[in-house]
Amino acid sequence: MSNLVDVENLWVRFPTRTGLFDAVRGVSFSLGKERLGIVGESGSGKSMTGRALLRLIRKPGIVEADRMQILGHDVMSLPEKEMRKLRGRDISMVMQDPKYSLNPVMRVGEQIVETLSIHEKVDKKLARQKALEMLEAVVIRDPERVYDAYPHELSGGMGQRVMIAMMLIANPKILIADEPTSALDVSVQIQVLEIMDKLVRERGMGLIFISHDLRLVSNFCDRILIMYGGRIVEICESGKLDQATHPYTRGLLNSMPQLDHKNERLEVLNRDPAWRDQESVSGLL
Amino acid sequence: MKKALEILNLNVWFGEEPNRVDAVKSVSFAIKQGDSFGLVGESGSGKSTVLRAITGLVPNWSGDILVDQKQLGAKRDRAFYKTVQMVFQDPYASLHPRHTVDRVLSETLQLHGFGDIDTKIPKLLDDVGLSAAFRFRYPHQLSGGQRQRVAIARALAPEPEILLLDEPTSALDVSVQAEILNLLCDLRAEHNLTYVMVSHDLAVVGHMCDEVAVMQHGAVVEMMTVDKMRQQQADHPYSKHLLESSARYRA
Ligand SMILES: Nc1ncnc2c1ncn2[C@@H]1O[C@H](COP(=O)(O)OP(=O)(O)OP(=O)(O)O)[C@@H](O)[C@H]1O
Ligand SMILES: Nc1ncnc2c1ncn2[C@@H]1O[C@H](COP(=O)(O)OP(=O)(O)OP(=O)(O)O)[C@@H](O)[C@H]1O
Ligand SMILES: [Mg+2]
Ligand SMILES: [Mg+2]
Repeated sequence: MSNLVDVENLWVRFPTRTGLFDAVRGVSFSLGKERLGIVGESGSGKSMTGRALLRLIRKPGIVEADRMQILGHDVMSLPEKEMRKLRGRDISMVMQDPKYSLNPVMRVGEQIVETLSIHEKVDKKLARQKALEMLEAVVIRDPERVYDAYPHELSGGMGQRVMIAMMLIANPKILIADEPTSALDVSVQIQVLEIMDKLVRERGMGLIFISHDLRLVSNFCDRILIMYGGRIVEICESGKLDQATHPYTRGLLNSMPQLDHKNERLEVLNRDPAWRDQESVSGLL
Repeated sequence: MKKALEILNLNVWFGEEPNRVDAVKSVSFAIKQGDSFGLVGESGSGKSTVLRAITGLVPNWSGDILVDQKQLGAKRDRAFYKTVQMVFQDPYASLHPRHTVDRVLSETLQLHGFGDIDTKIPKLLDDVGLSAAFRFRYPHQLSGGQRQRVAIARALAPEPEILLLDEPTSALDVSVQAEILNLLCDLRAEHNLTYVMVSHDLAVVGHMCDEVAVMQHGAVVEMMTVDKMRQQQADHPYSKHLLESSARYRA
């Protein structure tokens, strides 16, 4: 009832040279005031699931669902104007391609301030102050310089953190973070995760955390959806990834390099065509 | 064995006083042909900038960069790019949005004088785990990891001797990562390639490299062998911190 998001039987399709390609094939899940992880191999439909929720699938992509609700709104039928209001104010997404999503000819700080002022009237000086604080919160060492920098002047990890700062400053009820920390060194990564964690715990934000980093997701999220070929093949509880049973999930766990010892060769997955045909597991609450 | 790449006292800066940013400060290292060298460290510490300086993509630098024991000047010619290729950290920005995968790869192959392009392209795609179905797609029709694999295929296309890899697998899930890392290991063994690899994943660096440099605030604070790294034996406080965070997070 009080779920932030409910998705039932979501499909995302793209016309290609060789016919319709199904990127997401009948996925169902809910998001409560929790940290929901989505992991799965490259191309398994993680980003498209997130984008479909925000109605950001570009044409000629096709989205179908029996039900898709955000905070009680029917995403499938909401007028575009209402949808735009919902985006940014209630639900935001940190895109996988941070620098690509930033405006290249506008200073980073101004972009952060802009997101802040779309939804509330704020005093200029105060807005700057808030933006600087947010940059500091995401462990940017020299917030003043970064505030005045253009996106191309930032390192990969700085770009990611600017995006996170920008999304968090709007104080959304739901955050979809697509590979938000993939360019961060571990120590900065831990600090950034702590900020998100705090928002979930203290403000009841719902977080969808898309990542290919199994260990990270397993430690950080409450529930984990494991996607394969556009479907959910398994759902794990926090910290119980080691008990995963699906051969795909097991395969993922085994293909990770280890810091404490060297394997001459990394194990690779033998993908079983049958995995694609299994029914999608429901992540509905 | 001869040195494939040598960096001496490299400094890189952006802008002018009072806004000058010293992104790389007196960095030196040398890599023997066939070795693999890792660059790790804090986000924003200058790792990408070191690689970009080697490929001639930064305006202001000083110091010496030697490839195959020859000093590089201000300009990089085609022969340089035949020898040295780079995989960029950001696969979104590095692929032309209106060029298909086929065009990206065939242009690179043509530029370096390769024939038989029609059989080379499917082979390159197969090497990075992409089926021929991806050949005529545009970047926006690919997932993040698929783009990264196209970028890797493009870097491999000229059959370079030295590969600069900036977070080559950080956009990839572990199963594809394993395939790419195995491929890179095989290529290195077969063709005696030299790698410089930037990664924030110490396990990946540990798997691929023999020696690593730890960077912070533009400088190399410590060089260590991968064996030392595995045993958590760092001397500098920052390297210690990095290794500890990594171990904590892996627990
Ligand atoms: N415009 C498009 N046309 C055709 N296929 C597309 C299009 N956009 C995406 N796809 C395909 O949809 C599938 C799912 O893509 P998605 O971006 O959701 O993957 P992902 O799980 O996020 O992968 P990654 O971890 O690599 O980012 C991929 O196989 C991709 O090639
Ligand atoms: N074009 C530029 N103009 C101004 N400053 C720049 C420019 N490019 C990089 N910098 C600065 O140089 C420093 C080093 O950046 P670099 O991209 O090398 O870091 P990095 O170690 O690769 O970090 P990450 O792990 O986050 O990718 C950063 O402080 C960055 O802001
Ligand atoms: Mg993705
Ligand atoms: Mg970088």
